[in-house]
Amino acid sequence: MNLVTFSGPPSSGKTAVILKTIEAIKQQGLKVGVVKFDCLYTDDDELYRKAGVPVKKGLSGSLCPDHYFVSNIEEVVQWGRERDLDLLITESAGLCNRCSPYIKDIKAICVIDNLSGINTPKKIGPMLKTADIVVITKGDIVSQAEREVFASRVSTVNPDAMVMNVNGLTGQGAFEFSTLLYDQDDHIDTVTGKKLRFSMPSAMCSYCLGETRIGEEHQLGNVRKIELGDE
Amino acid sequence: MISKDKLKNSSIKEIIEEYPYTESFFEDQKLAVDDKEKTLKEIFSELTIEEMEDVVFDLDQFADSLSSHIRNMQEFLGENDSIVAKLSILAGNNKDGEKENYEKLDIHSGEIISIVGPTGSGKSRLLADIEWTAQGDTPTERQILINDEVPDKKWRFTGGKKLVAQLSQNMNFVMDLSVIEFLNLHAESRLIDNQAEVVERIFREANQLAGEQFGREAQITSLSGGQSRALMIADTAILSSSPIILIDEIENAGIDREKALELLVGEEKIVLMATHDPILALMGDKRIIINNGGIKDIIDTTAEEKELMQELKVLDKVLTDLRDDLRYGKNLSRISEELAEIKSA
Repeated sequence: MNLVTFSGPPSSGKTAVILKTIEAIKQQGLKVGVVKFDCLYTDDDELYRKAGVPVKKGLSGSLCPDHYFVSNIEEVVQWGRERDLDLLITESAGLCNRCSPYIKDIKAICVIDNLSGINTPKKIGPMLKTADIVVITKGDIVSQAEREVFASRVSTVNPDAMVMNVNGLTGQGAFEFSTLLYDQDDHIDTVTGKKLRFSMPSAMCSYCLGETRIGEEHQLGNVRKIELGDE
Repeated sequence: MISKDKLKNSSIKEIIEEYPYTESFFEDQKLAVDDKEKTLKEIFSELTIEEMEDVVFDLDQFADSLSSHIRNMQEFLGENDSIVAKLSILAGNNKDGEKENYEKLDIHSGEIISIVGPTGSGKSRLLADIEWTAQGDTPTERQILINDEVPDKKWRFTGGKKLVAQLSQNMNFVMDLSVIEFLNLHAESRLIDNQAEVVERIFREANQLAGEQFGREAQITSLSGGQSRALMIADTAILSSSPIILIDEIENAGIDREKALELLVGEEKIVLMATHDPILALMGDKRIIINNGGIKDIIDTTAEEKELMQELKVLDKVLTDLRDDLRYGKNLSRISEELAEIKSA
């Protein structure tokens, strides 16, 4: 089985890109499954089910969705193996731009969209910087110049990544992208023992543990202060 | 290959002096540089935990990334290897697996090719085959050659340089910038030398294409449909790195379409135009007929069709004048005289 992790800011088009890509992969006779990670609610699993794709969803609730991802990824891999999948795709929530649930030696895809603004590549940090392939969506509705500037910013932030344009609505580019996802020589039986590419967003403070009162005296643990200065 | 050790032991100042484009790299990577005289190694040894988190990479990964960036940019600037004088499309199959009805189509730079066919007939797939420089590895099994050779893989994967630029009716500007700021931003990303001159030229050309004039300080997001399209076309013609331009259904764009095509062709681009407008389609040197996922025919525009185009232009002028009259509150009158003129001509 191959494992591929997808990540990207909310509403960037992850699910649409994955769905169009799966259509193309199925043509090769491969069996694909998806596990969707989200925070409070998602009905993306219904979309996958409608497309005939084996799917599970995991909602992290009050926990950081990426911490939840890494604590469950081994079980998810075993779920995929039991179903004899050729390719297992995980889709992350991508809530804070600090998220990067990528694992060393496991293919990592970051999906971002042209509408998010040209400074976004700079803003989203490890999620973009440590990805193997960057998929840029929504190219059909912005000008050619904006597409070029956006792609060049992406390349500056992550010079090693392959950069692809995929249209999640029409599927343009999805076939080409799909040829990069599955590798016959890759086999994943377990991810136990592997490492994350970058540490997860961290915090361990009184508010993590359910504190609701505001004020200095209630702030314990890993607390960071904003620099307001005198300017 | 740039030595990583050399990069680590160079000061930021030295690196920027040798590779000027790395300045934006350091900025976009959010590396906290307080003193440009310090070497990369020194800077990394002094980063706080928070600053480390911003950079994401450690010194070794950062040097790797920087060296890849320099390699990419050198490739990007060495444009000579990427002139597309001739694009060839070798026949593949249609949706039923039958061989397409032609052998090989050669398109030279400066040519206009129209693409016609009903919705869903395979126009997008043809374009995607070109963009991906297909080598029998797409559903149509077509093969694409550039200058009679199997193209370099870089056309598939690099972010900075794509083979096909696109212009369509649905595109909008989304950045909050003035016309001049926008053009400067695009020019900067292309690292061209004579920026001010090029920006000024695009501005001028765009205004010639647009029905209604716009100023340098106008916000791009508030331009009218026609003005936006005019600016996009002038910008793509002059500043886009892509040698092939796809124009998708711009018939109602409110711009001077003939001038727009002249501008694109004048920049030695290959222009592919999906259209069902007879005037636009006949401006092409050839037209590709697509049906059921395959190329069904390739028709050279005949002399008679070129004459027909002149007649169509008269018709088009009549309609345009009526639109203008309507816009400026005039009463419309019958056009039988003009029509008779066309008939007798």
